[in-house]
Amino acid sequence: MSYLPYAVAAWLCLVGLAGVATSRNLIHLAVCLTVTQSSSYVLLLSVGYVKHGKAPIFKGVPLGATAVDPVVQALTLTDVVVSVVVVALILALALDAHRLSGTVDPDEIVDVSG
Amino acid sequence: MALLAPALLGNGALLAWAIAGLPRFGDYRGPYGLVLNRIVVPLRHTTNVVMGTTFDVRGVDTMGEEFILYASVIGVTLLLRDESGARRVERRTWRLRADAVRLVGVVMVGGGLLVGLWLVAFGYITPGGGFPGGVVLSGAILVLYLVGSHCDYSPFRNQHVLDPLEAVGAGGYVVTGLAALVAGMPFLTNLFGFGRTGTLASGGSIGILNGAAGVAVTFAMLLLFAEFLETYVVPLEPEDVGS
Repeated sequence: MSYLPYAVAAWLCLVGLAGVATSRNLIHLAVCLTVTQSSSYVLLLSVGYVKHGKAPIFKGVPLGATAVDPVVQALTLTDVVVSVVVVALILALALDAHRLSGTVDPDEIVDVSG
Repeated sequence: MALLAPALLGNGALLAWAIAGLPRFGDYRGPYGLVLNRIVVPLRHTTNVVMGTTFDVRGVDTMGEEFILYASVIGVTLLLRDESGARRVERRTWRLRADAVRLVGVVMVGGGLLVGLWLVAFGYITPGGGFPGGVVLSGAILVLYLVGSHCDYSPFRNQHVLDPLEAVGAGGYVVTGLAALVAGMPFLTNLFGFGRTGTLASGGSIGILNGAAGVAVTFAMLLLFAEFLETYVVPLEPEDVGS
């Protein structure tokens, strides 16, 4: 049980990568990439967990109460924002690829020219 | 295929070995989390230590993050915005007539805006902050598109309005940092008074940076949606419009 979050993170990362590698559709590829990225949320949050710790928000909670690491939570926030905008960029590229070649299957997009 | 099973077994064993060598879940070893949980509230008077960390302790880092957001929106805009000069003609969409749906929509827009504003405004006191609050705010405005029509939504996809507002969000962050330089202190020094702990006036520049991030995220999301919408809604040929 004490190693389960790490195993979940590793599983999410690998299954997402497998999806990216075998993807036949650029939209599907973007979704697989978000699965891979969510593994980093699980890993960061589980690394910062303190046993019996509460959220690091001290409104109505005495200072010095056991709380989890706020640094990894702030990093996860960054991670989520970056994930969202990267997906937006990939979807925009997919739309462009579809407009130029008429398909979103990476294997069928053969006519790559500047 | 014959190579797959040994490769999976070997790598799986290595992975299991690596995971077993990690500190147990909940057995936190790093000093920074413990230190920040003790010092941020007395030093900065913000009760949400995560936001105190985001906008003060690693404020420069968050500025970089905000510019990742900005650069990505610019990237999507450059990829999708049609600069060919051809005037786009609006496709007429069916207006949603069901009163029940529209009523639920109005409630969702109002409620979403309220929750979003609350998340941004009180972000550094209670759970929330500029980033999640901005997403909720833009989400509430997107509901307007779902239950309304193109006409109802058109003010929120006007690039001439969205572009400057997005820049205000990202630029406000930098200006707050430069204000410290002007005052003769290092970039992004928290130079406004810290106020009383647990009130809206606490945290000094944390509140300003939080608001700037909220504005930047809200309009970045709206801009992204506007660009996708413009590409997705195929324009009609001018002669089709009359029919």
